[in-house]
Amino acid sequence: MIRAVIVMNTQGKPRLLKFYDFQPPEKQKELIRSVFAVLSGRPDNVSNFVEADAIFGPGTRLVYKHLATLYFIFVFDNSENELAMLDLIQVFVETMDRCFKNVCELDIVFNFNKMHAIVDEIIFGGQVLETSSEQVMKAVEEISRLEKSSNSISFVPKAVSGRFGR
Amino acid sequence: MEQLKTIGRELAMGSQGGAWAGQSKEFLDLVKSIGEARSKAEEDRIILLEIETLRRRIAEPDVPRRRMKDYIIRLVYAEMLGHDASFGYIHAVKMTHDDSLALKRTGYLAVTLFLSDDHDLIILIINTIQKDLRSDNYLIVCAALTAACKLINEETIPAVLPQVVDLLAHPKEAVRKKAVMALHRFYQRSPSSVSHLISNFRKKLCDNDPGVMGASLYPLFDFITEDVNSYKDLVTSFVSVLKQVAERKLPKTYDYHQMPAPFIQIKLLKILALLGSGDKQTSGHIYNVLSDIFRKCETSSNIGNAVLYECICCVSSIYPNAKLMDSAIEATSKFLKSDSHNLKYMGIDSLGRLIKINPDIAEEHQLAVIDCLEDPDDTLKRKTFELLYKMTKSSNVEVIVDRMIDYMISINDNHYKTEIASRCVALAEQFAPSNQWFIQTMNKVFEHAGDLVNVRVAHNLMRLISEGFGEDDEGADSQLRSSAVDSYLRILGEPKLPSLFLQVICWVLGEYGTADGKYAVSYIIGKLCDVTEAHLCNDTVKAYAISAIMKICAFEIAAGRKVEMLPECQSFIDELSASHSTDLQQRAYELQALLSLDSQAVGSVLPLDASCEDIEVDKELSFLNNFVQQSIEMGANPYLPESEQLGMSGVSNFRSPYQQEASSHTLRFEAYELPKPSSIPVIPQASVLTQTRDLVPVPGTTYYRENNLGSKLPTGPEASSADVGIKLRLDGVQKKWGKPTYSSSSSGATSAEKTTNGIGAHQDGIRSQSRDTVYDSRRQQPEVSAEKQRLAASLFSSSASKTEKKPTSGQRMPKGSDANAEKSSVARSVSPGNSEVKTAAPDLLDFGEPVPISAPTIDPFKELEGLIGPAQAVIDNSITTSGVQAPDLMATLYMDTPPSGSRSSSSGLVSEGVYSTDKGSHTAKPTPAVKKGPNLQDALGKDATVRQVGVTPTGNNPNLFRDLLG
Repeated sequence: MIRAVIVMNTQGKPRLLKFYDFQPPEKQKELIRSVFAVLSGRPDNVSNFVEADAIFGPGTRLVYKHLATLYFIFVFDNSENELAMLDLIQVFVETMDRCFKNVCELDIVFNFNKMHAIVDEIIFGGQVLETSSEQVMKAVEEISRLEKSSNSISFVPKAVSGRFGR
Repeated sequence: MEQLKTIGRELAMGSQGGAWAGQSKEFLDLVKSIGEARSKAEEDRIILLEIETLRRRIAEPDVPRRRMKDYIIRLVYAEMLGHDASFGYIHAVKMTHDDSLALKRTGYLAVTLFLSDDHDLIILIINTIQKDLRSDNYLIVCAALTAACKLINEETIPAVLPQVVDLLAHPKEAVRKKAVMALHRFYQRSPSSVSHLISNFRKKLCDNDPGVMGASLYPLFDFITEDVNSYKDLVTSFVSVLKQVAERKLPKTYDYHQMPAPFIQIKLLKILALLGSGDKQTSGHIYNVLSDIFRKCETSSNIGNAVLYECICCVSSIYPNAKLMDSAIEATSKFLKSDSHNLKYMGIDSLGRLIKINPDIAEEHQLAVIDCLEDPDDTLKRKTFELLYKMTKSSNVEVIVDRMIDYMISINDNHYKTEIASRCVALAEQFAPSNQWFIQTMNKVFEHAGDLVNVRVAHNLMRLISEGFGEDDEGADSQLRSSAVDSYLRILGEPKLPSLFLQVICWVLGEYGTADGKYAVSYIIGKLCDVTEAHLCNDTVKAYAISAIMKICAFEIAAGRKVEMLPECQSFIDELSASHSTDLQQRAYELQALLSLDSQAVGSVLPLDASCEDIEVDKELSFLNNFVQQSIEMGANPYLPESEQLGMSGVSNFRSPYQQEASSHTLRFEAYELPKPSSIPVIPQASVLTQTRDLVPVPGTTYYRENNLGSKLPTGPEASSADVGIKLRLDGVQKKWGKPTYSSSSSGATSAEKTTNGIGAHQDGIRSQSRDTVYDSRRQQPEVSAEKQRLAASLFSSSASKTEKKPTSGQRMPKGSDANAEKSSVARSVSPGNSEVKTAAPDLLDFGEPVPISAPTIDPFKELEGLIGPAQAVIDNSITTSGVQAPDLMATLYMDTPPSGSRSSSSGLVSEGVYSTDKGSHTAKPTPAVKKGPNLQDALGKDATVRQVGVTPTGNNPNLFRDLLG
């Protein structure tokens, strides 16, 4: 299964974190640091795979892609295929590109709940859910459409739901 | 800068970006200021300020919900940067109750990121999740499923399980898909909770929607991993699904980069690999579809290669099929030849899988492998080391371990250092060609990774040095010891040594430092005192050092010589006598007491070279039998074993196998293991332990061990229970360094020598000729550097000599081959079995071009048949059989069949026969094959020379090597 999806910039600042096994914030910080240390030490034009058992435990590997100022990293165990994971990153990036038109680091930071929606449509509970960026886009757009419409409707029962909420 | 510009642009566009996400300007400001932060400290300050603001604001009464959503998102952001935002968790939980989809989703997102599955607040969300799973809006259902995946733990699964199961019949396929995956997640959390639902997963395999079918493969993969046999009936379904997918029967929307549903294919291939593993009948069903995929697979795209790689994995896992193997090998070589590092990595991995089935195939990729080994890419390098580790044999172990150690020295990553050190140790213990080499290798490993290796390894090394090699040759043993002492005295000059290595050094110096009289007593003692001063060492090393000093003094006194205490030694003893450690104190006092004893007493306290004497340990405490008997007669209660007393089993052997391993080298007495207050006051000795041994319930541990090792070691329950028993476990060591099992070598050698005796007149001529041909072939291959070739040859050609070497030299030199006891390496190189390496070598040098296999190549062998005549029926036979594959002679030699007597003898005969053809060829001059001819002749010449050298080992030898390897 996929253990984590990490997006960080080339200075090691996390931009998107999703761990499929819960990690407390301090641990997350530490993991990010060690992953960054490994990745920043790797030259260009080498493979996109790193054995990560020192960081994430035995049998784990990570695949990363370095695009512009960002690292996209998928951490997974040996029930997945490295090349396939590399393509999954591709799906993720393609989808973001469709979503934001020329995606840049800021888009990712600023819209990170949308990013999470995208990741959730691609990976579900650590397993690959969808690999067509078109389908992912459709799902995400559907969500945003319904979110908007539900907002406009919910003006009336606001007070009621507000009371219910408390 | 780039980043700032984009931020500026974003700002200029106003809240355009926020139109979708609805973020506030404040959040944008926060992101912006963090983006501009120049240092980590500044960033932290900004975030802490932000958290303070949020803490205040979020607690205000009647925060508008829109605003609250913004706060929550900012909290998530703060926590992503590693700051605690726990004060806001409750608000995130509240938000999940909201009716608005956008807010609810934000709430769910926040709680899945904030909370672990055992957080106290989870209980407040369960109800919401339950309600949302029944919602009419499928997006709410999806959000709830996502949250359930993350937040539901073993205890709360039953609360939501019925709803999730109902969703398996949901009209939307997206929901069905997620429901299947959520159930899979539940299975991972707690297998028992969904075990009754397995039939549902099987059913979902036939879902109308391929996506749902694909999702059901994930849980099925897990089930099959657990228990292969219950799912054999699904093989045909899997195969037909895979076939349909591969034949593009799925809707176009499932295509990815022109590949039909690659992820489904990959998962199916993984499943089939499990199902077909070691099962001929099942594998039979799989062959067709596999070869289909091999044929159709697009190798230009990344994902195509992913599927191809999975096919290779599948081929290597199922029952072997020659045709598929060929396809797999072909695909692997494409990977290896690719420029992409990713594909090379996959290639190396595939090669590692395929050589398990057929070790020969590494041969043709030797240069690619060497390239990967020298690649700057660390990942690739490590993968290649993994491959080398898998293909190590006694013949190439030296090269491989040397490489590994070099790499180990060059890296800083402790985790990997440990791993590679333990691999070096494992290989060295398993394949060491000579003990000298073993000790040198161990020294290197200790020197560079000393504190990372298992302490067991150190004990093994000491044991080896002290016991020698299980042979009676005292001379060789003592020589080894003195060379160990030499090397350690040299190494002590190094500035920083790991403590474990210092322990070994101290022990060896104490035991053998003065044994050969080469070093003065005071010199060794001085060195030992230096050890404790020069190196920062712990109490254990000090204890080793003082014990070593004590031993040396004792040996001196026992020999009737006077020991003079050096001042530094005296101060060392004084220091230890005042030590905080009682152990060190005792040792120091013991030493002082020992010095005052007379020689005879000392001699019996610490006899010379008695380290490997067996200490008889009476585990049964039989000397107490009389006492026990008496007590029982006097009316005492007989001892009941602990397991009986407490009425439960498996208590006495709860220790993990690892602990046992580690402890096996120190003396341990099981009786001290478990100080448990026993309910019945019994005299412990009253256990005449004959009983206990039978009653110790081993199965528990046995099971554990089998779990761990079962796949590797075919240990029957008897074997492991014997291991686990109460005995000290020394067997692991014994195996590696026990008596040699091969002894057939010398006879073969002598017979080979006999035949060559008396010839050799015409050998020189052939040799010079052969050298020319070697040069020729080398000139033809200028693009491959000589060094690489040499490395490749030493790594791979070795597999050729392997078959022969094992029976001949093995680990220990046979006594028969007289003069070579000293120069082990020389001796090995001339041992008759090795002649094959040399005949092979010229061939190796021109591996770049495929030698056209043509009929004339066989000619010499046909000639040979005629020459030898029918009188030698046996030889004739063996020649005709191998004559058929004569062009592939090398290939057959490289084959990694276990060295059987018949095999080595037959190849011996072949070379013998070849040699005699050579004799004939001198008179008859058969027309040699165009290409192979000179090579073969050359090989024959070499062979002859080797034989000659084998009889009288002279200075020729190294030269011979240089000729062959350039």
